[in-house]
Amino acid sequence: MTQDGVNKGRRRFLYVATGTMGSIAAVGVATPFVKSWFPSERAKAIGAPISVDIGTLEPGEMRIAEWRGKPIFIVRRTAEAVARLESDELVGRLADPDSRQSIQPGYAQNTARSISPDLLVIEGVCTHLGCAPQYRPNVEPQPYNENWLGGFFCPCHGSQFDMSGRVYRNMPAPTNLVVPPHVIAGTVVTIGEEAS
Amino acid sequence: MSSSKPAFMEWLDQRLPVTNAYEKHLSKYYAPRNLNFWWVFGLLATLIFVNQILTGIWLTMSYVPSAEEAFRSVEYIMRDVQSGWLIRYMHSTGASAFFVVVYLHMFRGIMYGSYQKPRELIWIFGCLIYLLLMAEGFMGYVLPWGQMSYWGAQVIISLFGAIPVIGDGLAEWIRGDFLISGITLNRFFALHVIALPLVLALLVVLHILALHEVGSNNPDGIDIKKHKDEYGRPLDGIPFHPYYTLGKLPMIIIFLMVFTGVIFFFPEAGGYFLEYANFEPANTLKTPDNIHPVWYFGAYYAILRAVDFSLFFIDAKLLGVMLMGAAIALLFILPWLDRSPVRSWRYKGIYSKVAIVVFAISFAILSWLGIQPATALNNALAKLFSVLYFAFFLLMPFYTKYEKTKPVPERVPE
Repeated sequence: MTQDGVNKGRRRFLYVATGTMGSIAAVGVATPFVKSWFPSERAKAIGAPISVDIGTLEPGEMRIAEWRGKPIFIVRRTAEAVARLESDELVGRLADPDSRQSIQPGYAQNTARSISPDLLVIEGVCTHLGCAPQYRPNVEPQPYNENWLGGFFCPCHGSQFDMSGRVYRNMPAPTNLVVPPHVIAGTVVTIGEEAS
Repeated sequence: MSSSKPAFMEWLDQRLPVTNAYEKHLSKYYAPRNLNFWWVFGLLATLIFVNQILTGIWLTMSYVPSAEEAFRSVEYIMRDVQSGWLIRYMHSTGASAFFVVVYLHMFRGIMYGSYQKPRELIWIFGCLIYLLLMAEGFMGYVLPWGQMSYWGAQVIISLFGAIPVIGDGLAEWIRGDFLISGITLNRFFALHVIALPLVLALLVVLHILALHEVGSNNPDGIDIKKHKDEYGRPLDGIPFHPYYTLGKLPMIIIFLMVFTGVIFFFPEAGGYFLEYANFEPANTLKTPDNIHPVWYFGAYYAILRAVDFSLFFIDAKLLGVMLMGAAIALLFILPWLDRSPVRSWRYKGIYSKVAIVVFAISFAILSWLGIQPATALNNALAKLFSVLYFAFFLLMPFYTKYEKTKPVPERVPE
């Protein structure tokens, strides 16, 4: 085909203009498809606070509640377990003993990571890859830790946490377990609500 | 073109290149005459792909993709649908068989240097197929909505959360919820039965078209196109059909005997093909004691789990995900890591031979470790074999370049 008399400049302009407009249209068309993958309004709405009566929770016992699809661990710690949280033997083995890198409400950024030292309220979602850790409160040798001081063990990748959900050093999990916002009124714990 | 063609074929060929395609890809596609049994796995993979599509379509007829109904509908298929159990076991066993033959197919490529120039694109298309196959297998495993489905999905999708800044948002976008839920199940169903199979089929076509453009490799890594007869046919080549189609028939029958044997007598394969924890409906509050992926993801899972240390400013979680990604990504650049002047390990030096054997052993042991509980010993072993896995790739430019190779014959040896 002859190229004589072709206005190359105009042709190039038309190529670029068509290509640009086409690309903008493609992005526009892609938008609803991408947006449809985000959490739907219904999924966002299911997140109301839940209340749990812990009047019958014995020392050393754990109860599991469900909030926003996540397991919430409520543990009544024994006096020995609370005392052990500050022991040098334990603290030296933790990655973030003061919970500086971890997520919790301000009122739970303490050694016990709780409002009342004996009562632990924590998300049972491993900060590594989202498994539910297991409750292993007894101080006894374990296959994964000969000097186990009680706490939580994630069966998926072996992350170990102490009795206030603080992660040990050199574990796959980067931070301590998350403490959800909660309030305690008498024997009722409400998860998902901040003290006003 | 012979003049004795039936009138109908004449009519058809003028409108659609049927004879042309038949000759190009079957009766006049010249494959090296020295192909050994390692060259059957591509054909077997195609056979299993057809099996998966066919049984998959039938399974969708009774399966209900919702968090409330999924588990029950799978039980319905197993107990009430006529022959439902058979179709489901054909599909679930087919998934494991797919990975068995694909792993052997890939190992064939590594042994005989099938990824080397000029077959880099075939290799890359193959790697893409493997990658999509992993996504397909993973999403398929989520569909029965048992304990392992749920928690496996939880772990795998959380991997995306390790990416800095955008990670958490990305994981949420993939899930469509704050944790794995029925919303995730529904979209995985759509991807598993429509999107990924379509792309897979396209990639298989590209894989084969690229192969037929450059021709098959062979156990000696000889270029058979260098010596041709007066008609332009490679002297060391024989037509793919009927020599290899019918020639491979005994192998296909042996494969089908093993395959159907598993389906009928051993469909759970002792918990390796179908994990026992998955016979319990998904419980969002309790993770099973030993959560592990199906065997075919074991190696990467072991690498992920082996990383319990941080490096510089990268924490253990991100580092684990990065190494897991790198373990797969390295496969893609294999053609450029191999600096050897010869293809087949028959003519490579001792370092390459040792490296290939060590790599195969490492991959097998890592696959096994990935489905074992996370004990201190297993973790130490996983670290050791992860290092060997990476060493195979990262040291390849050196050991393939500096080792002494044997001369490759011009023609296929008798």
